[in-house]
Amino acid sequence: MTVTEQATTLKRGFVGQSMPRKEDRRLVQGQGTFFDDVRRHGMGYVHFVRSPYAHAKIVSIDVSRALELDGVYGTITGDEVAIQTDPFFEMSVEPGGLIKDYALAVGRVRHMGEPVAAVCAATRELARDAAELVEVSYDPLPVLVDAGEALKDEVVMHEDAGSNVVWSGVFEWGDVDQALAEADHVVKIERLHFHRFSSTPLECAGALVEYDRGTGEWTLHCNHQMPGVGAIWMAPALRVGIDKLRFVTQDIGGGFGNKICLHPQYVVLCLLARKLGRPVQWTEYRTDQHTANAHGNERTFLDVEVGVMADGTMTGFRVRALDDCGAFPRYEPLGCIIWAQVTPGMYGWRNIRVDFTQVCTNKSPVSPNRGYSRMQHLWLTERVVDIVASELGFDPVEIRKKNYVKAEQMPYETPNGCVYDSGDYAAALDLALELIDHGSIEERRRDAAARGRLLGLGIGSTLDSGTNNFGQSTLLNPDLQFSGNNEAASVKLDIFGEVVVTLGTVPQGQGHETTAAQVVADILGCSPEQVNVRRGHDTWFNSHAGFSGTYASQFAFTGLGAVKGAAELLRDEMVQLAAAVLQAPAEAIELADGMARIKDGPEEAALPFMALGAIVNANNAFLPPDFNPTLNHRYVCRPYFGMVDTEKKTGQLTLTYALQVHAAVVEVDPDTGEVEVVDYAAVDDCGVRINPLIVEGQVHGATAHALGAALSEEFVYDEEGTLLTSNFYDYHVPHALDMPPLKTGAMESPSPVAPLGAKGMGEGGGGGIHCICAAIQDALASAGKPIVSTSCNPPHRVWAMLRDPESSRANVSVASR
Amino acid sequence: MAAPATSRVIAVELNGEQVELEVPARRLLVHFLRDDLGLTGTHIGCDTGNCGACTVHLNGEPVKSCMLLAVQADGARVTTVEGLAPDGELTPLQTSFNEHHALQCGYCTPGMLMSASALLERNPRPSEEDVRLALQGNICRCTGYVNIVEAVLATGGSR
Repeated sequence: MTVTEQATTLKRGFVGQSMPRKEDRRLVQGQGTFFDDVRRHGMGYVHFVRSPYAHAKIVSIDVSRALELDGVYGTITGDEVAIQTDPFFEMSVEPGGLIKDYALAVGRVRHMGEPVAAVCAATRELARDAAELVEVSYDPLPVLVDAGEALKDEVVMHEDAGSNVVWSGVFEWGDVDQALAEADHVVKIERLHFHRFSSTPLECAGALVEYDRGTGEWTLHCNHQMPGVGAIWMAPALRVGIDKLRFVTQDIGGGFGNKICLHPQYVVLCLLARKLGRPVQWTEYRTDQHTANAHGNERTFLDVEVGVMADGTMTGFRVRALDDCGAFPRYEPLGCIIWAQVTPGMYGWRNIRVDFTQVCTNKSPVSPNRGYSRMQHLWLTERVVDIVASELGFDPVEIRKKNYVKAEQMPYETPNGCVYDSGDYAAALDLALELIDHGSIEERRRDAAARGRLLGLGIGSTLDSGTNNFGQSTLLNPDLQFSGNNEAASVKLDIFGEVVVTLGTVPQGQGHETTAAQVVADILGCSPEQVNVRRGHDTWFNSHAGFSGTYASQFAFTGLGAVKGAAELLRDEMVQLAAAVLQAPAEAIELADGMARIKDGPEEAALPFMALGAIVNANNAFLPPDFNPTLNHRYVCRPYFGMVDTEKKTGQLTLTYALQVHAAVVEVDPDTGEVEVVDYAAVDDCGVRINPLIVEGQVHGATAHALGAALSEEFVYDEEGTLLTSNFYDYHVPHALDMPPLKTGAMESPSPVAPLGAKGMGEGGGGGIHCICAAIQDALASAGKPIVSTSCNPPHRVWAMLRDPESSRANVSVASR
Repeated sequence: MAAPATSRVIAVELNGEQVELEVPARRLLVHFLRDDLGLTGTHIGCDTGNCGACTVHLNGEPVKSCMLLAVQADGARVTTVEGLAPDGELTPLQTSFNEHHALQCGYCTPGMLMSASALLERNPRPSEEDVRLALQGNICRCTGYVNIVEAVLATGGSR
């Protein structure tokens, strides 16, 4: 949309417009401020000494040679950390809850790249040199890189826990045994594997940390995307109150969940800043980010059994899920329950049993990663549907439409008590199919065959659940004192009429400054240009709440809900103030064009925002004593969920369900196994779109992440636990030439529960992974009909399926009555 | 024999201004720009030369400033993202990035702008293939490149 069009609609209704973003002006000029741009006098640079082993005892650490180097300010090791801090809070019950996780390795390393010491020096180069001089002696231990091996407990990584199992539990809703007994067909799949990757934000992690000796407070100029929860981990570990930690974020170079578990490194920085009496700065290297920060959850699905009736109705499934969270649980075991937000996927089956176990292995810890935990489960449901379709001879489109939850069933309560709020899944599928010209597929298949290539169509129908109920954590550990959710915002009118908005959220590229300004402008009757939305998060604003952050597709609900609430409080007060000054009833006052005025009144019966701001802030003596407007309002959006039932394991685990249906057409080169995406469509329905331009950008980004994950991105470990894909050479993310042309389609089913009808969105549910797997399987149907049973299919895997389709087929069997 | 020099004074024409400074021999050009001169618009996204967030112009050609030592820029003309619109008036390419929502977190954006502006300099009306080829050394993790390609094409008048 052009700037001219905006000007013509300046009066009302900014919500829903594709406004270009307010953030961009600084960012396109290189005037954004990212944490690494922050400088302080006398600051020291930190470099971590990291373990080259995946599993080893630490025999000794000698820092003396590093300390001798000119310009080295100091060091810290695990022994000091163990004395000065407590282990981080663990969310699991036993055995996982007994794991001791410190900011640096204490006595033992459990993954390659785990920090064992840190060095602080006058320059980046010097810190790195000095880290090389730290001598660490290790005694290697047997290594676990496979979750199945870890389950045997022959090698135990965490002696305090006594087992590699973090958490395990059985979820059953309906009666699966009966559903399978009564089914006409039972399709069995022995093993499906969702691989390990992450969204790898382009800006690595880091912080500049200052310690104030007088107050005992730390200030972290950082890129943590969930400071509220970060502080809950850090403050008790540092043995201080949460008020001693001030998180400040600026511009953040992408997060995708990978910047939620930064508390170990940040605690080291806090200790060093206090110990050395100077600001300390750490910028993570890319290789370290890949090796030792945050991967997405790897999950293996075993013994899947699906009940299917003769007409294609799927009645239920059971599965054993084995989740690998790497060396430390950290944000886990929340992933053991988050998937349950989308238990049935988009389908109407009522009988589901999931036997879930999470284990530690000697690999990088995981953290939430775009689509966190739901994506893995939705990949399972989509794989199940396509395998059932191919084995029983159903059309993948028809079996989906037959089994989808129907538009007329909305709002739909799932077997575990979640409520799908709105949407028409079949219509979204039709739109996606139309965009890729579904009718011509057979013709294109023949055309490709004539060129010696295999063409396939795949569908990925998926959900992006948003606005988490933290009460679901009690399904894992009934002693946890978390429930609900909240987010805060403040809106004030300043002395010269400036509208100033402060967010509790921590945006990393989602355009919060723009969308918040659109919402406020509509409520206050001004233009978004007049609304100054503060960049980033600052704990000192006191505009945050316990769960503040940007994660779990919830800004449109909680973040904008808070903005809306605060703006409405301000609006009401501005109206009252104008009514008092203009001596008119409040009902006669309207806010429009940056003024408070009497509706249909004379032109002079109007007060510009500046007059209102000046009266309250600087010229208030004439106001009566019983009328005390502040023009400064904080509002906390607290979504209502009710309590979860820990016995039945039911409840509203999340509130909104944006949907995506992706459709891909791929061509496979049978000689090389190379997959080319030749046509692609993504249809998204996230309810009311506050800014369609931004929504579409999120759809593009989520699709790119999914395509990268489906075709190339994988964290590959060798048997010694060495990561083989530790940089952008070996870990190939999509480049401009890799991306196929994307077609997008949008539908709007307003959410009946969200303050603005807008559902959280952005994570995307991994739709691209699901549909690429389906498309490859379809393409290979004429080449021995192999089964795609892993989520990452680079050429060598596709080639292996082409060479030996039978071994992949052995993974699947059908028993029919 | 004298010990090898560990630092050297270099002279660079930086965004149109002459700069002379002593730099350690081992310092990367990107650290010279960011840490010594405070030009923090040039970003670092990897340690292997893959991501292109640090792209600047060296004598008019796009280069990855993490793959050069600062001393290698001695005598050269260097333009960073801050030099694209020194008076604050956005270039058509920068405006197009804004209008097409070609950036989300904005971290790759300076590098993208430098690669794209170098392309438009030598090929004012590039095709989509030309644009994708010119940007293949720049990684973006937010946009899927869709709107970046659109923005560059629109600037060149091809869309």
